[in-house]
Amino acid sequence: MNTAVKIAGVEFKNPVTTASGTFGSGIEYSNFVDLNRLGAVTTKGVALTPWPGNPTPRVTETYGGMLNAIGLQNPGIDVFCERDLPFLEKYDTRVIVNVCGKTEEEYVGVVERLAQEKNVDMLEINVSCPNVKEGAIAFGQNATALYNITEKIKKAAKQPVIMKLSPNVTDITEMARAAEAAGADAISLINTITGMKIDIARRKFAIANKTGGLSGPAIKPVAVRMVYQCAQAVKIPIIGMGGIATAEDALEFILAGASMVAVGMMNFHDPMSTVKVVEGIESYMKQYDVEDINELIGAVE
Amino acid sequence: MKKDTGIVLSQTRLADGIYSMWIDTEIASEARPGQFAAIFPSAGNTLLQRPISICEVSGDKSAIRIVYRVVGKGTNEFSSYTEGTKVELLGPCGNGFDTEALAEGKSALLIGGGIGVPPMLELGKTLKKQGKNFKFVLGYRNSELFLYDDFVRCAGKENVIIATDDGSVGTHGTVVSAINEQNVAGDIIFSCGPMPMLRALKVFSEEKNMTAYISLEERMACGVGACLGCVCKTVNKDHHSHVNNARVCVEGPVFDAKEVEI
Ligand SMILES: Cc1cc2nc3c(=O)[nH]c(=O)nc-3n(C[C@H](O)[C@H](O)[C@H](O)COP(=O)(O)OP(=O)(O)OC[C@H]3O[C@@H](n4cnc5c(N)ncnc54)[C@H](O)[C@@H]3O)c2cc1C
Ligand SMILES: Cc1cc2nc3c(=O)[nH]c(=O)nc-3n(C[C@H](O)[C@H](O)[C@H](O)COP(=O)(O)O)c2cc1C
Ligand code: FES
Repeated sequence: MNTAVKIAGVEFKNPVTTASGTFGSGIEYSNFVDLNRLGAVTTKGVALTPWPGNPTPRVTETYGGMLNAIGLQNPGIDVFCERDLPFLEKYDTRVIVNVCGKTEEEYVGVVERLAQEKNVDMLEINVSCPNVKEGAIAFGQNATALYNITEKIKKAAKQPVIMKLSPNVTDITEMARAAEAAGADAISLINTITGMKIDIARRKFAIANKTGGLSGPAIKPVAVRMVYQCAQAVKIPIIGMGGIATAEDALEFILAGASMVAVGMMNFHDPMSTVKVVEGIESYMKQYDVEDINELIGAVE
Repeated sequence: MKKDTGIVLSQTRLADGIYSMWIDTEIASEARPGQFAAIFPSAGNTLLQRPISICEVSGDKSAIRIVYRVVGKGTNEFSSYTEGTKVELLGPCGNGFDTEALAEGKSALLIGGGIGVPPMLELGKTLKKQGKNFKFVLGYRNSELFLYDDFVRCAGKENVIIATDDGSVGTHGTVVSAINEQNVAGDIIFSCGPMPMLRALKVFSEEKNMTAYISLEERMACGVGACLGCVCKTVNKDHHSHVNNARVCVEGPVFDAKEVEI
């Protein structure tokens, strides 16, 4: 039985990774999960300099999910390279580093710094950050801005590049095509869906930022639909995420066209979720006599 | 820290909307005063853990007691549990109170307010075992003094000072009014309670030049330090974040009042 998948020439022992921002750099969850069991660890978004993030409350529970507005707090690329990468090097798993920035130059700066790191297998670019030079519209909400930043990053990057798409657009396939045309090696989706919650007793926004990103099982059908649409629109591989809790959820994404899947907020619900998804995919393959996981990718009829 | 399936041993109602539950769980063996358990409701729409302080650990370290107020969906579900109910939990979480900070011969004020009262009990029991001096100063809404008998058993009636919001028992007012009115003396403060109380204690301790350890609350998602949802503003940059934000679930919930901006 083969569970390995290949994306842009990088082989992953299985198609399961962590969704950026929900797993830190794996340090905290290594108490609960054998990181060697994962296809890859995708790390929390990292920027050129430390970012303080948003005021609290930053998170709130919603029906079957949660809203977050962490504001991409991170210690900056230097600390990340000195502390987090050496930690991950001890494990037999791939490392996907998620990158954020407020200008094209900042993204490129991080990507150039990571070019020297041997232990980084792929880069995932979070384009849901506000573009401070272009009226704070997220890079991922405008096809031209997305094309331009993808092209610049591809020029600077040593590792293959995954562009992580925002679902907060009218037509996700337009974004997928722009990323592909600019040379992206893969796309991942979906990032969180912008939402809001109001505390009626206090007449206040539940999170300080007013709006936050919705994640969790509540968004899964939207995510599966978008993965399917993108799989029809582009040839580059897709990493699917959005509400995955179980192997059954993961298999929906794979059948819709994802070559890999990521477990996000459900790590908070059950720290062992990722490994349970890996094991569940294996049992499904046994049960349905699937020799090679690659047979399942996009196999929905 | 462990993920465990605990088993409810008993559940009792202590006051209006306040419940006490003993849970048989492996996490009891490592628990320290001031740490919390991250408890998962079982309903499929409530996916995040509820952080609840450890109120007591059983003598044989096989069970924890939590005392909680029903405020929403999760705590409402918890209040329906009976002996034998299985409960998913994670813990012990957070740093807890550093009992070493109380030097021999010095005395501590253990100050709890509202639903911040429960963790003071395990702290008192631990200090008592260490042969240290302390007094409880407890703030309640009204005469429903939940856990009062437990505190008296731990420290003696003379060492349990009460303030109530409605003046029905003890000092009419806050824990700080009780300390002033009843001339309560101590060298160091350990406390847990609502933010206005903690702010008042921060000011009070700075005026008196005392060290105060305060246990903070913040909205949490992961409870283990991974999501950066639960941070509080700190005076110094900590080793983890490299910005002025510490994680309440890992570096906290207990902080030196001087080191946080609240
Ligand atoms: C370190 C720590 C220790 C705590 N110890 C206790 C305790 O010993 N006894 C007790 O009664 N309560 C305690 N609390 C508060 C307790 O966590 C909340 O009352 C509880 O989470 C409410 O859950 P709910 O589902 O009933 O409410 P809901 O309003 O339905 O909860 C919705 C979401 O908001 C979160 N939430 C709501 N209120 C709070 C709050 N005050 N703090 C943090 N998250 C909140 C919930 O966890 C959940 O994710 C503690 C909080 C923290 C951070
Ligand atoms: C607390 C939190 C932090 C996140 N941080 C990041 C981040 O730093 N970079 C990023 O690209 N996505 C981030 N995301 C989005 C997730 O990686 C994922 O795309 C999204 O949550 C959908 O998956 P899920 O429903 O499984 O969580 C974050 C999500 C959450 C809940
Ligand atoms: S709750 Fe996730 S870091 Fe504290």
